[in-house]
Amino acid sequence: MSTHSPAFVRDQMIVASPPPTNDTSTAAWIRKNLFASPKDTILSLVGLALLFMIIPGALNWLFVQASWVGSDRSVCATIAQGGAQPDGWTGACWAFVGDRFQQFIFGRYPLEERWRPLLVGIMLIALLIPILIPKAPRKGLNALLLFVVFPIVAFFLLSGNYFGLAHVETPLWGGLMVTLILSFVGIAVSLPLGIVLALGRRSHMPVVRMLCIGFIEIIRGVPLITVLFMANVMLPLFLPTGWTIDNFFRALVGVALFASAYMAEVIRGGLQAIPKGQSEGADSLGLSYWQKIWLVVMPQAIKLVIPGIVNTFIGLFKDTSLVSIIGMFDLLGIVQLNFRDPSWITPVTPITGLIFAGFIFWIFCFGMSRYSGFMERHLDTGHKR
Amino acid sequence: MTESAKNAPSNGRTFGSLVYDPKVRSIFFQIFTAAVFIILVWMISNNVATNLARSNTASGFGFLSSRAGFDIGDSLIPYTADSTYGRAIFVGFLNTLLIAFVGIITATIIGFVVGIGRLSHNWLIAKICTVYVEIFRNIPPLLVIFFLYAGVLRALPNVRDSLEIPGVHIFLNNRGLVFPKPIWGTGAEFVALALVLAIVATIVIAKWATKRQMATGQQFPTFKAGLALIIGLPLLVFAILGAPLSFDVPQAGRFNLTGGATVLPEFFALYVALSLYTGSFIAEIIRAGIRGVPKGQTEAATALGIQPATTTRLVVVPQAMRIIIPPLTSQYLNLTKNSSLGIAIGFPDLVATGGTTLNQTGQAVEVVAIWMVVYLSISIASSMFMNWFNAKMALVER
Repeated sequence: MSTHSPAFVRDQMIVASPPPTNDTSTAAWIRKNLFASPKDTILSLVGLALLFMIIPGALNWLFVQASWVGSDRSVCATIAQGGAQPDGWTGACWAFVGDRFQQFIFGRYPLEERWRPLLVGIMLIALLIPILIPKAPRKGLNALLLFVVFPIVAFFLLSGNYFGLAHVETPLWGGLMVTLILSFVGIAVSLPLGIVLALGRRSHMPVVRMLCIGFIEIIRGVPLITVLFMANVMLPLFLPTGWTIDNFFRALVGVALFASAYMAEVIRGGLQAIPKGQSEGADSLGLSYWQKIWLVVMPQAIKLVIPGIVNTFIGLFKDTSLVSIIGMFDLLGIVQLNFRDPSWITPVTPITGLIFAGFIFWIFCFGMSRYSGFMERHLDTGHKR
Repeated sequence: MTESAKNAPSNGRTFGSLVYDPKVRSIFFQIFTAAVFIILVWMISNNVATNLARSNTASGFGFLSSRAGFDIGDSLIPYTADSTYGRAIFVGFLNTLLIAFVGIITATIIGFVVGIGRLSHNWLIAKICTVYVEIFRNIPPLLVIFFLYAGVLRALPNVRDSLEIPGVHIFLNNRGLVFPKPIWGTGAEFVALALVLAIVATIVIAKWATKRQMATGQQFPTFKAGLALIIGLPLLVFAILGAPLSFDVPQAGRFNLTGGATVLPEFFALYVALSLYTGSFIAEIIRAGIRGVPKGQTEAATALGIQPATTTRLVVVPQAMRIIIPPLTSQYLNLTKNSSLGIAIGFPDLVATGGTTLNQTGQAVEVVAIWMVVYLSISIASSMFMNWFNAKMALVER
């Protein structure tokens, strides 16, 4: 036994360090967050240089040089291109967006009938806002109105042909309206269908399970555009001779089936996270299968996967833009159609139109993702670690 | 329920006990489902047969060997309009693989840089990375592709006023990026052989070094040695063979550039757009992965006196990889599938060449079947690889 202490053990205390300075001035914040070390300084300078390269030019192009009002291409084309702007001019062509704004929203829906989609839009907002506010009462009635009554009313209002409303064919529908209809129907169909598929995939019945796995994996394995092509060219082949099916409806079927396969996987993730004891508890209380799923398992599972569900919604919303490839005029399709219009063709209209469309898409998707974050915090009742 | 409970014990099986027997129910439901499914399939195939017969379309894959008659701008293998439909679809398939391969590499690099940037202590860098991620995650990939194609690339100068990087003969104009095309001379295959050899040698050395370190604790600079081998050996062979490489340099003619290799704007737009779009998703995955490693791990490593860089390499990254890999796989697959959007700007990928074939021949069922088989094989192959990789990386628990 030796009492000799090893060399690396101190025999006296080190001098206490001074307390950290509580400096809350701006200069201290900048020093701490931007110039803490030589590496940080270099990174900050590179970042600043990048911003200086991009932001002033972008702002200048987007707002200062931009052409704001006008009714044809001359306001956005230089003299050499046959317009009114001085040679060498370049800037955003907001006049184009302003001139075609109604088309971007309603497509080629007849002018005198546009109150109908507008009314549908107002109804949607009126029903959607209370369902999104957690404190608003009567959620059940609200959901019934939104997901059952509203689609029926909206269909008859938009399509017409009944109640003295003129018939508006779906090829005339377009713009943001089509994007929203596709997304709404996709969401309304994919959630219940996804739940059913997820339950089927976890079922103990081999036939049901194999069918669900087959459907989910095939759809998830191929790109949406092939599913849309399939809906476009194969659906008519599948139907008995003489039946025709609307192009718009084909796209709806494609988008909804595609989204439900992804939704099924998200929901399955939630179902897997629910401990077995929950469903065993429900069984021991004598609940039937659907009571068990509806009252015990699903509420917990859905709550867990809200971020995943909203991500699927966001993906669905973005994916609706693909219908422009199969010849429909959603927001992206109509913007493209318009910037190819000879009366607006200039070098700057495509970029301006795409920036506008991108901004609209961005607002919706960003809004959804923020809302999902809010719901996550709201529903976080402390089960998560 | 109570009714059947009363009836059940009487004499064997009453009707009620049969109805409420889970086994009987399950068999009944399965037979019912299978019957519905079979009837549906039968009806559909019947309809398809009738419809095809009415439109006089011959079914079968015979059309693959007839003349395609359309041109493809971007092809990795020799292709002319006289080639067959089968070859056209194969060209598209190779283009899909090419765009997926280069896109995945770039998206991963972007994703790693931005994901780590978002975790930076540097406020400015973190904010720039956040803005990038929030912009690209929330707009459709198709829009990004159009923006690059119609917006940016079309705004480039025409061929006569090409932007040129002086000295290296790289030209950028609205017909694409033109750069010197390497022409390999005789003996160049030995350089490739040397490269393969060097890679194999590096793997062997790495295995040996790990074994030795496990046994003796001695370290070996595997990374430096491997790098020296992989770069040095091919270079050495290259020099010994007398540099068997020349360049077909593009020359600015009066109206056009002659010579050199060209990257078409369609490819370029699709490639950059998919990289930027998928990069933003990968950045989020990387960030979540790194943040998913408990802080105690880093603190424990610091307490042991491990250097910060070594902590990252040996403690944080291996654990973060376990969280990162599964979602990363699905992003890679997404990128591969999104490459089908190239059809919108005329990039000849599998869906585009298949679509043209479909329009010309009317063989909808067959073409869709080819698409399905190819994409499903890609996704199954990559998920099998990733499962293997994941199993290798997974935590070995007691």
